[in-house]
Amino acid sequence: MFDSSRLKPAASLVQPSLEGWPDAPLRQDGVHEFYAAGEQDGAAALALGLLCAVQARRNGEPSLWLRLAKSRQARQRPYAPGLAELGIDPATMVLMRLPDLQSLLRAAIDCVRHGGAGAVVMEMDGRAPAFDLTASRRLALAAEQSGTMVMIVRSGADPTPSAAHTRWQVASAPSVPLPGNAPGGPVFDVTLLRRRGGRDGLNLQLEWDRERSAFQAPRSGRAPLSGDNPALPAVRTGDAGRRSAA
Amino acid sequence: MREGAAPPDAAFALIAKQRGAQRIMALSPAALTLGLSAGMMLADARAQEPDLAALEHRPEADHALLLRLAEACERYTPTVAPHGDDALVLDLTGCFDILAMDETGVRDDLVARLSRLGFRALAACAGTPDAALALARFGKRSVRELPVAALGLEGDAHLALGRAGLRTIGQLADRPRAPLVARFGKAMSIALAHLLEEQDRRITPHRALPPIWVEQRFAEPMATVKPLLGVIERLAGQARDLLVARGRGGRRYEVSLFRTDGHVARLAIDSGLPLREPADVVRLFRERIDSLSDPLDPGFGYDLLRMSVPLHEDVSEGQDRLDEEDTGRPDLAPLLDRLQVRFGAECLHRFAPRDEHLPEYADRLVPAASPRQPWPQPEAGEPPLRPLFLFEPPQPVTVLAEVPDGPPRRFGWQGRQHRVVRQEGPERLAYPWWKTVEATGPTRDYYRIEDEDGRRFWLFRHGLYGSEKADPRWYLHGVFA
Repeated sequence: MFDSSRLKPAASLVQPSLEGWPDAPLRQDGVHEFYAAGEQDGAAALALGLLCAVQARRNGEPSLWLRLAKSRQARQRPYAPGLAELGIDPATMVLMRLPDLQSLLRAAIDCVRHGGAGAVVMEMDGRAPAFDLTASRRLALAAEQSGTMVMIVRSGADPTPSAAHTRWQVASAPSVPLPGNAPGGPVFDVTLLRRRGGRDGLNLQLEWDRERSAFQAPRSGRAPLSGDNPALPAVRTGDAGRRSAA
Repeated sequence: MREGAAPPDAAFALIAKQRGAQRIMALSPAALTLGLSAGMMLADARAQEPDLAALEHRPEADHALLLRLAEACERYTPTVAPHGDDALVLDLTGCFDILAMDETGVRDDLVARLSRLGFRALAACAGTPDAALALARFGKRSVRELPVAALGLEGDAHLALGRAGLRTIGQLADRPRAPLVARFGKAMSIALAHLLEEQDRRITPHRALPPIWVEQRFAEPMATVKPLLGVIERLAGQARDLLVARGRGGRRYEVSLFRTDGHVARLAIDSGLPLREPADVVRLFRERIDSLSDPLDPGFGYDLLRMSVPLHEDVSEGQDRLDEEDTGRPDLAPLLDRLQVRFGAECLHRFAPRDEHLPEYADRLVPAASPRQPWPQPEAGEPPLRPLFLFEPPQPVTVLAEVPDGPPRRFGWQGRQHRVVRQEGPERLAYPWWKTVEATGPTRDYYRIEDEDGRRFWLFRHGLYGSEKADPRWYLHGVFA
């Protein structure tokens, strides 16, 4: 049996630049859900899921990416040069295309139980009724046991009750323009919808910095970088009663 | 001819339409006794025998049946080849010790098994395939008694031999060869040498011989599937010893289950890394058996299990292929093998780069077991220049641009209008005209676009305005994160 206690020190995702990610780091041995806010935010949700998985993994463990072979999402195929451009080494990725949702869930639970992959990314489109509370509970238990990070990326669906440790809503956000009004690096608008045993409602804008493999608050491209000071994320509180960042 | 469909003594004919007439291709044994012969018209035969039943002749079904019988005959030897429309040749050299039977024993066993299935078979053993075939066809005890027709020569050679008073192979064998060759050609001397077992002919087996195979015979047929995995494990143990002796590991294992009634079921597993350990092999076979859409049916029982390793490679190479670094995690390869066995090899992939100009060809999916390939590093300081998802095929969009060859201002996709807030481009990609002389296609101008909601798209104009196309169309090729 895979010893998960060994992973505890590495189980925190807190990065210096992630202060705005409150005391809710993405646990290495947890299940995390990323819901696309709108119909066309699927790519953003998936990118955030993949990037969190990449950030959490140490020394190039492979990640497994499970998606359906036939569905609305099959028209959009994962493009490996685009992965490389985000700073995700496509060579460490194993892509599984499964015939239906049942097989996807079955394959996912096997992958998570095995524990050989650093992260298992499941892409699901639409309501996915077969993915119920029981199925997600099973995944969460397996993830805790094997120390595998499970990213569930869903688009075209409303959040349903699940055993996920965190649940995020993701949308694309305007990027920091480059000279010549060119679109800059990816910026995500992220809302923490739910966190098991913790506060939620946090909303942040995160820009992915490929060179440092870290998220940061979107900064104005023309302003000089402040040297050692970690950039403060733009924090908007969900309601006046609770502040999410100290 | 299989007699299952009709009572064994029924007279029936297999017919085919030839030049507008129903012609008899084959007759059942009972029909043959009525004085009918193959090649007759059905109408003539019916005039003789009004009750003659006629069935459609399907040569491809006959051939498929012959191949199934060939597989069933692999219980005696792996070298089985179909010959013509109705014969099988088995190379039994060196097989008698394993079978614990002699020539007659094998022949009787084979004929008995076939007759249990309802086949009438003629069998004979001889030193060469040609001699055995001729003995079986003409029903003689020795080669010398065979008629000259057994030579299978073309034209009227048989007739000419008969006129010369040479009616049996024995008479031919006693004559000097040179005058015969001068009269009938070289083919005759070769055919004669084959018949007289002076010269051998190669048999090309129906299935390639596996380099490593082990088998288990049962005194009593195994009528349940349960003990199957135990037997497979024992066979895998024997296969491991053979593999270790060669310093190899198996990439593909096949198990053939020979049922007493001649049916042969085959199970195969593929592995990403060379395997040896019986436990690993059995785990994959268990997965294989569980995922069969059509479960194994032991019928009256399996009496022979054979495991072969058609594909193997050096164990040392590629052992650490999937996990170069020590990640402190279990090796992924067994998991991938298992998933591959269950869901099929076509659903498991890894990305590999391809040096191609057009973006849709710049990557490809390779089997998950292939080695990792390095990817070019993106340029530092640049935002992602390639999208995360690519549309296949590119989606047509309606675009509003200020000038026909300028960047887009608005575009419509999926019934929604997007106002372009930021854009960069064009990145001009010419059609790869250098590949072939006649290759021509429109140039593509790619733009990276961000709309007012912050969504990033990859659009291209198909064709240069004016010089290539009067009204170039726009396509959405990808979406960025």
